[in-house]
Order: sequence, then C-alpha cells, then structure tokens
Amino acid sequence: MDDVRIIEIKKSVFEDNDRDADALRRELKGKGVYLLNLMSSPGSGKTTTLIQTINLLKDKLKIAVMEADIDGDVDARKIREATGIESIQLHTGGMCHLDAEMTRQGLDGLTLRDTDLVILENVGNLVCPAEFDTGAARNAMILSVPEGHDKPLKYPLMFSICDVVIINKMDVAPYFDFDLEQCKEYIRMRNPRAKVLPICAKTGEGVDAFAQWILDEVTAWKRQS
Amino acid sequence: MHELGIVFYIIRDVKQAAEENGVDHVSAVVMNIGEVSTVVPDYLTDCWRWAADKEPLLKGCELKVHIIPAVTHCDGCGREYETVRYGRTCPHCQSEQTWLLRGNEVEIKEIEVTNTT
Repeated sequence: MDDVRIIEIKKSVFEDNDRDADALRRELKGKGVYLLNLMSSPGSGKTTTLIQTINLLKDKLKIAVMEADIDGDVDARKIREATGIESIQLHTGGMCHLDAEMTRQGLDGLTLRDTDLVILENVGNLVCPAEFDTGAARNAMILSVPEGHDKPLKYPLMFSICDVVIINKMDVAPYFDFDLEQCKEYIRMRNPRAKVLPICAKTGEGVDAFAQWILDEVTAWKRQS
Repeated sequence: MHELGIVFYIIRDVKQAAEENGVDHVSAVVMNIGEVSTVVPDYLTDCWRWAADKEPLLKGCELKVHIIPAVTHCDGCGREYETVRYGRTCPHCQSEQTWLLRGNEVEIKEIEVTNTT
C-alpha cells in the first residue's frame, strides 16, 4: 500500500536569491563599490547609452562593466574598444536574467581595484530581470521610443522596481506618435519615485543628466560605506 | 524561459528540503502561484517535466499548481476587488490609490513523498 507523507515548505521561490542579493549589496557597500543594474528590451540602445555615459564619467570615476547575454561577446568588446575601461562578458547559460549568485561570479572576474562603479548590463528583457534582485545598489532601465509609451502598463513590475527610467531615441519620437507626457504619467502610476530622463544616445543629448545622477548616487553611496 | 529559471530554483529548494527530511524520492511538489505573478502555469509544468526528469530525486515527480486569485485593496474606500477584472482602478470609488493584497505568490507550498510499503 502507498502512503503519502506531506512535508510543508511554504517558501517563496525568490527567498534565497533575495537573501544572497542583500548580502552582496552589504559587501559591496563595505568595499565602496556601487553596482548599477541596467535593464531594457533588446535593441533599446543600452550599449550605446553606456558608451556615452562612461565617456562622460571615466575621468571622475573608476568604472567597470559586466555585459550579460545568453550568448556572444559583441557588447563587452564594443564597450572596451569605445571607452577603454574594463569590460567582461557573462553568459547566462540560456537563462533570461541574472540572479545574485551569477552577479557575484561576474564580480569575481573583475579586478575591482579602486573601482567606484560597476554597471551590469542585464539580459535584454522586461519581464524576468525584474523578478530577480541582483544585489545592485540601484536599478535603472531604458525604454526606447519605438517600443511605445504604453510599456509601463504592460510591464508594471519592471517600472515599479526602477529608480531611474531613461527614455532613449527621443529624436525619432514624432515618427512613432510617442507621447512623452503620457509615458511619464504611466510611469508615475506604477512608481511615483522613479526619475524619468529623456535622452538621445546617438547624439548624446540628455546623457549628461544620467551621468550626473550616477555621479551623485556613487558619491552618496561611498559616503555611507 | 522565465519559467525554466524558476523551475531551477524550485528544484534547488526541493532538493534541500528532501535532504533535511531524509527523503530519496519526491512524488509531487505543490506550488502556490498567484494569478498576477507573471508565471504561466502551463509553461512552468512543461519546463518542470523536462528538468525534473533529469534528477533521480524527482524522476516522474508531478508539479501541482494551485492558483491564488489576485485581490487588490483600495485605500480610497477601504474595499477589496478582483485585480484581473478591474486592474489598478477601484470599481467601487474609481480611486487609483490601490495595492495588491495577494496574487503575486511564487511559492513552494509542500512536497509529497510516497512510501511504498
């Protein structure tokens, strides 16, 4: 006869990751390293935005970049060639996001000598990376104009966890009937605290505001560490 | 893809629970999945079958999914309503000052172990 024993677990699937992420955040704070998790859809201009931002900041901060993708290393090489800073490629082994453990392994691959800022370019995806805390000090995302101003309604979790939302490709807004004010309102509905920064990474317009936000954040983080 | 990542987390937690309880085979894992958790139950069970059968502990183990209906609380009038039907705006008073009370769970409720005697 079969007798079934029930073992109660009652545990969130994200619990271990959340704990690992908090531990990593504390360690990084102790070392004075500010980790920024940058998320977006594929093709939103993450790498171009990063190159522009890094070039504005690299004289003021020691920066390293971790590029997370399912495969390939084009982004890490592009960043290294365009900015000269340390840039490594992480592969997620088919996974759609990075978690705290994978982020830690990535950080182990960096020299981190006197590094002030590490930017993690997460896998291009608006769903999964929002669920998994990486241990970053702050979350940022890029929404590009061709994606449409209604995205905050469709991907509420992503917009609700981000401290800053960059709106890229503003130069093509008229061609896509993109309504910036409506987009800001949708973001505000999901996350009243989020800072919204319209930019054009191609021309560099508005990127200085993002660079300044990072600089202020890193300065505050180091003061607390 | 999203669901496969979650399956790997479930497997890790179930393995740990099995070890703590001295269990060498699990016959079912029961999940609580919130209606607005962004997890698609069919994808989750498909990914589960593929990944679980690679583990001796979980070979043939069934993944049972309990759906937790999503409920939103309205700060405007203090009432509760069905999230999926009405979204962010309270159907009673039209307030947008609302928050999710439940329905976001991705939780392992329990595991079932069959002892054949």
